[in-house]
Amino acid sequence: MTEKKHFWNEYQKEIADDNYFYERSCIRQSFFPGSETAFLNILRNELGLTIIDDPNQHTCTGIGYHSDVVPFDTTMTICARLFSLMTDKELTNFVPSCVTSFGIFTEVIETWAQFPEELEKTRQFLRKATGREFKVPENIAHPSDIIYKYRKELKKKMKYQLVNCHTGKPLKVVEHIGCHYAKIFSKHSVGGAEFPQVLAGMIEEWGGQVIDYPERRHCCGFGFRQYLVMANRGYSVANTKKKFESMEPYKPDFVLTNCPGCTMFMDRWQYTIAEMEGKTYDEQQMGIPVLTYEELTGLLLGYNPWDLGFQVHQVQVEPLLDKLGIKYDLKDKFTGVTGKYLGEPEKPEYLKVCYE
Amino acid sequence: MNDKHVIIIGGGPAGIEAANYLANNGIKITLFEKDEHPGGNIKNWAKLFPDFGDASVVRKEITDKLKHENIKFINNTKIERLYQENNHWVALTDNEKYYGDIVLLATGFEVFDAKRKEELGYGIYDNVITSVDFENMYKSGKMLTNEGKIPDSIAFLNCVGSRDEKVGNHYCSRVCCITAVKQAIEFKELVPDAQAYCFYMDMRMAGQFYEELYRKSQEKYGVNYIRGRISEAAVTMDNRIQIKAEDTLSALPMKMTVDILVLMVGIESSESTAKISTDNNIVGPYGFAKSKSLFGMDNLTEKPGLFLAGTCKRPLTLPETIADGRSAAVEIMNYLKS
Repeated sequence: MTEKKHFWNEYQKEIADDNYFYERSCIRQSFFPGSETAFLNILRNELGLTIIDDPNQHTCTGIGYHSDVVPFDTTMTICARLFSLMTDKELTNFVPSCVTSFGIFTEVIETWAQFPEELEKTRQFLRKATGREFKVPENIAHPSDIIYKYRKELKKKMKYQLVNCHTGKPLKVVEHIGCHYAKIFSKHSVGGAEFPQVLAGMIEEWGGQVIDYPERRHCCGFGFRQYLVMANRGYSVANTKKKFESMEPYKPDFVLTNCPGCTMFMDRWQYTIAEMEGKTYDEQQMGIPVLTYEELTGLLLGYNPWDLGFQVHQVQVEPLLDKLGIKYDLKDKFTGVTGKYLGEPEKPEYLKVCYE
Repeated sequence: MNDKHVIIIGGGPAGIEAANYLANNGIKITLFEKDEHPGGNIKNWAKLFPDFGDASVVRKEITDKLKHENIKFINNTKIERLYQENNHWVALTDNEKYYGDIVLLATGFEVFDAKRKEELGYGIYDNVITSVDFENMYKSGKMLTNEGKIPDSIAFLNCVGSRDEKVGNHYCSRVCCITAVKQAIEFKELVPDAQAYCFYMDMRMAGQFYEELYRKSQEKYGVNYIRGRISEAAVTMDNRIQIKAEDTLSALPMKMTVDILVLMVGIESSESTAKISTDNNIVGPYGFAKSKSLFGMDNLTEKPGLFLAGTCKRPLTLPETIADGRSAAVEIMNYLKS
């Protein structure tokens, strides 16, 4: 089977080498606050690349757009303003931190390519509203594309591999790329929509084993209106449950995610399902850890787990750290950078956690 | 007329039928076949619809027609280029030029590469096979999963690579629906207790005895027909295939697991058809060769002396292909007389 899977590698995209403009996610810094900082550190300090993190940036409108509260004309104009910030920095390589933003930007640019009058209209809107001009990015890469591109170089610097240090066996990893990464335009992804390679490539390169389970392509459960409209949240949980039930027999060591929303829902809904039904999808009643690709890369490079923000994960990562052989100090888990004790979250009733 | 020389490109049913007809009328033929053995795509089939005739017998009957003193059969030879030079046609192989007064293009079809429908898992999951693989399995007499188990269930999916905007093929391949009916019956005869499902958009039973066979498959063999396309196939822990589809008659999404999924791959223009047609400005939609007129001049092209026969033009059934080969031969005779 492994030999057959190699043809997924045929689906490749052009990923710029260097000189990126970074566009941050609206929600990641609250939910998984170490990921974006880790990415910038990895690019700048480990790979020696240039990436601009502009303080004047803003939303791409993705959540509003997919909830039908922001019209597409507005979305195009807001995206154009972000492109104008990139243009100000004399850059052409745009790197949106979020999979939904990535989908929005590729959709906007494709719209402009297919309907040039929409581009002209957007230029006029932006000019009237802000007096700004912009260039359309020459290259759009999701941050995971860049990590994938440099996965071999990063491997040389890594202190740990995706191997269970107690058994010597590869860790079993579920990967989830997020619907908006490849299902909108598979040509803009690494590996296509059906058997994506972007996260799988990292996992395999770094010693892990990718699990191909039946609901691999299913939505994480976010689905925007499925969650944002409160009455629909049961549908959101049900979809997450479907995924976890499907992956459970394979006993994954962790889930690797690409998208802020997917990370959030696959992590937090495990708590919800545990409290609702007294059910977790591991044998220790602790849930299956969910990591972003930046967190994973940082961990393997030897970054401090608490600097990466693992203390704000719902499903505790300590069992995974133990498997990887990564040392950590629980005393530091809820200590801020100034040394101040930040307090512990409330303990769930059913889901087990690694604090008192 | 008998000093004229006809080059036929393609040793399938259309090319052989035309060659035999022309040879019987005293015309000298050189027939090129890219493979070692003649017969075209019949080589891939065990039994033929709608009467379950033995494909090897039919193939022998067809290929025996090559045994004629006026036919020079050259196998393992691909025509790289076809062009005109000093009122002659030149068929160029990788190392030799062949001259002819007339050329008949009978380069046939290729089956759709199911790997292009990634979501169906062909080439990735061992128990996802194509209709061609099914024929080979049937020929061996063993209907087993990759793990050597007698299957409890099988699903056939029609229109793989046909009527599919995503892969750029809007047309119907015409033979897949009836092939699925035939294969479902063959499966049920070998494994009577197993379940057979057939996913379809429309069951296009346009040929003689097709409708009767479709009915028989349900009444006698209990084949279940589900109107809906499979959106995704995935592998389960025990290497079975999980299918997601929508039953459009009940308007409900469905999920089921089967032991084997058979993809009914459609007909596409062969590489040679597309290349030679393009080089000679006779290429039509989807890379098939374009005839001068569908009505009355379907074996002629806009290029005098260049004729077409069989599935290089469009999807056809085997009887239609053979008849078309004969039709092309008649047109060539008329051309020579004029």
